[in-house]
Amino acid sequence: MASTTHDHGHDDHHHDHKPAFFTRWFCSTNHKDIGTLYLIFGIIGGLIGGVLSLIMRTQLAHPGGSLVTDGQTWNTIITIHGLLMIFFSVMPALIGGFGNWFVPLMIGAPDMAFPRLNNISFWLLPPALVLVMIALFRGEAGGGWTLYVPLTNATYQPGWGGDALLFSLHLAGISSLLGAINFITTIFNMRAPGMTLHKMPLFVWGILVTAFLLLLAVPVLAAAITMLITDRNFGTAFFEVAGGGDPVLFQHLFWFFGHPEVYIMVLPGFGIISHIISTFSRKPVFGYLGMAYAMVAIGVVGFVVWAHHMYVSGMEVDTRAYFMAATLVIAVPTGVKVFSWIATMWGGSIRLELPMVWAIGFIFVFTLGGVTGVVLANAGLDQALHNTYYVVAHFHYVLSLGAVFSMFAGFYYWIGKMSGRQYPKFLGHLQFWLLFIGVNLTFFPMHFSGLAGMPRRYPDYPDAFAGWNMISSLGSYISGLSVLVFLMVIVRVFTSREPLANNYWGDGATTLEWTVASPPPFHTFEELPRVT
Amino acid sequence: MRPVRNNGLVAFVLLGIVAGMGGLAFASVPLYRLFCAVTGYGGTPQTGPSAAPGATGGMITVRFNADTNPGLPWHFMPAQKEIRLALGEQALAFYTARNLAATPVTGTAVYNVTPDKVGRYFHKTACFCFNEQTLAAGQRMEFPVSFWVDPKLAEDPNTADITTITLSYTFFLTLEDAARAGALAGAGPHVGGNLR
Repeated sequence: MASTTHDHGHDDHHHDHKPAFFTRWFCSTNHKDIGTLYLIFGIIGGLIGGVLSLIMRTQLAHPGGSLVTDGQTWNTIITIHGLLMIFFSVMPALIGGFGNWFVPLMIGAPDMAFPRLNNISFWLLPPALVLVMIALFRGEAGGGWTLYVPLTNATYQPGWGGDALLFSLHLAGISSLLGAINFITTIFNMRAPGMTLHKMPLFVWGILVTAFLLLLAVPVLAAAITMLITDRNFGTAFFEVAGGGDPVLFQHLFWFFGHPEVYIMVLPGFGIISHIISTFSRKPVFGYLGMAYAMVAIGVVGFVVWAHHMYVSGMEVDTRAYFMAATLVIAVPTGVKVFSWIATMWGGSIRLELPMVWAIGFIFVFTLGGVTGVVLANAGLDQALHNTYYVVAHFHYVLSLGAVFSMFAGFYYWIGKMSGRQYPKFLGHLQFWLLFIGVNLTFFPMHFSGLAGMPRRYPDYPDAFAGWNMISSLGSYISGLSVLVFLMVIVRVFTSREPLANNYWGDGATTLEWTVASPPPFHTFEELPRVT
Repeated sequence: MRPVRNNGLVAFVLLGIVAGMGGLAFASVPLYRLFCAVTGYGGTPQTGPSAAPGATGGMITVRFNADTNPGLPWHFMPAQKEIRLALGEQALAFYTARNLAATPVTGTAVYNVTPDKVGRYFHKTACFCFNEQTLAAGQRMEFPVSFWVDPKLAEDPNTADITTITLSYTFFLTLEDAARAGALAGAGPHVGGNLR
């Protein structure tokens, strides 16, 4: 289809002409504008999910909390918190936001391969968010983010709010799939001359692997929730034992999606962190090919470990042994990444600019979460730790801290490029320290609560667990404060008038986005750059 | 100038992957059933008519378990607690069920054996659980099950340690009856009887 040459000729007529407001933002086909929309959407999703987490921590601050009075409401809140953070904050921001903004810029492409598809990908998300909010306000989505049957079947979760939630996931899933197809086509077909796969920036590698994971995992979720919808509404019995179905089948299908999903959330972050560490150590990233193929390996192995989420679902011991061994294997490529980041810093001329501080924070919290992951991978130990706060601590360290720190790192690294205005340094550092202290206060004590046996997903707990829970709640308020500081940072960025150079980070920043202006013109790389 | 590449073709192939994965997810239902039937995974016994090879030396105890879903108004229990039989010997055991409701009720049983790993060596030649069972109001019935245990159980190092196998059933109200009960409940108190 020769899209590069085609777009090229077409765009010459109106150089850097921006359409009017409605056309520009609602009918956008420009990868930068769509990326901006995704980022705004991700921030909104994160804010709503964050408010829910503050409600939960307030309820759990001390035993006998009275903020949430019934279990169904509580269950709905925890469910929607999880789904919002995953599908409506981390994924839109990391993949849709930074991916759309920087994949074409980094590979020297004028835009995405299918600009209109890109527009649809984004605009499927707002209706999906509306459906999730319906489920939240109707209080009919108490099955947990894992949607386990029979908790989510027509008997235990009646009402159309539950169906709204499932349809919302369908929409978000279609959005992700279209986005994934777009990214893969763009990365395969539209790289600038000389940009071989093995010269591609690591963020693009991260997005490429992520897109393949989406392509292979999301259809399985779609199938599972379609079966759930028909079980709920049309009398099928995919998961009904009485009709010959099997509820454990749902768990298998869900986690076949759910486990790759955690890598979907963190792989783009890996890419961002690699660029930041390299930029501020003023060195190329250590072991580039190893870093790229470590991501590929994580993606591949991520598909054969799903049942480690199901150690207590009644699996044979041999099966558990396999899933345990396979899971522990993932620590190897992950270790390659962590050690390569450290090796990149080693002997580098390190500048502790704000994005670097976030990146180092990322390595700290992600490694901590990874280590507890190795603990949980053990089928024997997991019998005791399954569904305790230890698990909650683990996945929040890798995702709520890891993926989110990479999002903030990317934000501070690129906001000058995206907006043309630099962030306020003091407020940015203040936000980092508030969030770093806040999340560690929140989640570190959960290891203790979990080891002591506190189960997750309950609105109350015995007095024995008081204390650490109060500290967790105080930590969440500090994190909440850091979000307010972040909003102030955004205001200050957009009211700043300080002009920025193309490459405001200097020598260490070597990727193609630093060769264009800050902010980049509406159309970039009409003349394809040549990579040597 | 780079060679022209076909974006549409790439997108088409990727869409094919999406369709393939979606199809595989649906195919997992029959594939998993087939997998369990063939390997005895998860304690799935071998079913269907197959002649027992005849008693050999080793003995084994088979215990009987019965569960009833609360949605089914039946009293369901094994007629004997356990049977001791020779490996390879055909045996017959009974369960009894009584319908406590004032209307006919149809139930269906799901079953497996534990430990999970003996599924491939446990043969059920005839069983009430192969079909749905209907009991008239207040009716009591004896349900037979005939089975044999493969002598290879004693030769397989994985299962040589097993001396006791538990055969388990859980009876459920059939979906059709459940739907009818739901429909009747929705029709008002003057229609139909009280199923539950």
